[in-house]
Amino acid sequence: MNDVLFTVLDNALLARDVYRLRLQGDTGAIARPGQFVNLKVEGCFLRRPISVCDLEEDVLTLIYKVVGKGTATLSRLVKGETIRALTGLGNGYDCAPAGERPLLVGGGVGVPPLFLLAKELRAADKAVCVCLGFGAKEDAFYLREFRELGCEVRLATLDGSLGHKGFVTEILPERYDHFFACGPEPMLQAVCAVTRTSGQLSFEARMGCGFGACMGCSCQTLTGSKRICREGPVLRKEELLWTR
Amino acid sequence: MDALKVSLCGIPLDNPVIPASGTFGYGHEFAQWYDINCLGTFSFKGTTLSPRLGNPTPRIAECSAGMLNAVGLQNPGVHEVIREELPKLRSCFHKPVMANVSGFSVDEYVEACRLLAAEPQVGWLEINISCPNVHGGGMSFGTDPASAALVVEAVRKVTDKPLIVKLTPNVADIIPIARACEDAGADGISLINTLVGMRIDLKTRRPVLARQTGGYSGPGIFPVALRMVWQVAGAVHIPVVGMGGVSSAQDVIEMMLAGATAVQVGTANLVEPTICRDIIMDLPRVMERYGITSLSDIIGGAR
Repeated sequence: MNDVLFTVLDNALLARDVYRLRLQGDTGAIARPGQFVNLKVEGCFLRRPISVCDLEEDVLTLIYKVVGKGTATLSRLVKGETIRALTGLGNGYDCAPAGERPLLVGGGVGVPPLFLLAKELRAADKAVCVCLGFGAKEDAFYLREFRELGCEVRLATLDGSLGHKGFVTEILPERYDHFFACGPEPMLQAVCAVTRTSGQLSFEARMGCGFGACMGCSCQTLTGSKRICREGPVLRKEELLWTR
Repeated sequence: MDALKVSLCGIPLDNPVIPASGTFGYGHEFAQWYDINCLGTFSFKGTTLSPRLGNPTPRIAECSAGMLNAVGLQNPGVHEVIREELPKLRSCFHKPVMANVSGFSVDEYVEACRLLAAEPQVGWLEINISCPNVHGGGMSFGTDPASAALVVEAVRKVTDKPLIVKLTPNVADIIPIARACEDAGADGISLINTLVGMRIDLKTRRPVLARQTGGYSGPGIFPVALRMVWQVAGAVHIPVVGMGGVSSAQDVIEMMLAGATAVQVGTANLVEPTICRDIIMDLPRVMERYGITSLSDIIGGAR
């Protein structure tokens, strides 16, 4: 964990209400894909937790959707401005159980953390299948980026304007060794229901501090109470109450 | 650094800055951000006799000048705290700690306090009779002088360690409650706990918090806290620990001028994990600016 002052490189609209923010600064505390940073947004009392999408030396990429006051303020940041962030928060995904054919399942603004994960899995020469679900064509992003990593990319949109019409759970491949997922909770629940392998799921929560102090984001699991910000945001499928 | 020293109920503090209960875990979470031995002490997470899972989520809501919480006293229970948390705490904090205790009956307070008071690292017991989150919980003790006295008297019998009673601001008149605690044998009063508040989500038209209401904390409550510290410090003869929205060295000094012997910093820790260290480092500069040579000299100085 580290408290870092970042400088904005760029902050551009990527899809409907979705922005990509690239920041320059010390990324040394970020150890795993699936971790997050907690941004100090001007005019907001609490910080805003955003998952790490990509990391290249001292450049951190975050993708976020404007859903309220904090993210709206964030979307107005311009090149050269600075922003403070607590970095290297949360446990992140564990690549060890990925097997040779890992499956990545992302929904909407849950897609970003899967990118750094895909990059690491591809660097380890895994055959990565990425299944992405969005509301519509206008909401979709990063398809090309995943393909450029050498991943097989499958796509579903709820309205059918791009790829399969329907849910992302309807386009999963037959064979895979382990899955990694991030997205809205109903999607995660559906992924758990249709997958037969072990897997890891990343959760979103309203957080107070983001580093384990306030107990604001606790959730119950089969292996006890977990703080989404500390023992999460990634939980193993096997420990979720849904699987009982 | 003698200029920062104060004494709280007979125990010397290197400085008056104390992270408040519920915002600092059991200490080790913050030892990853800085060496917490710079603190005067800290008040650890509110502990109950039995483990508690806490309230359903969302437990957190944001406000313009702070936040609401309805955590519901989630804690592993006093036995687990003594077995697991205190040994971890000992490895990163080498001063007496303030043990914060909550309960739902007089007997629970007594038993949890008795067990914690027997721990060598516990310097003070801070009895929370004010948590507004739990039905049938501390609220009833902290809003009535006779009930407050009942808890204090009972706990007094099982320990000679300093007893500090943490009061709720959610009362019509706090003075009779503070006096009742003093008369029942309390060594100090700490205040204020959170103010009951709520937020409603415009999209869902439902309360943001799963428990509808929660405790409001943060800079927005500072003037209310300061006023109540002022009132209580003028009404009792035991030390007062001031808290509520404190987030700077200036706030610390203001609280002390109102009558606080020591000052707790709560919600600010959640946003700026190193805030207490930063405040301690900033105090000499701010003291110099206002012509203060020793913090212990300014306690109640505004009166």
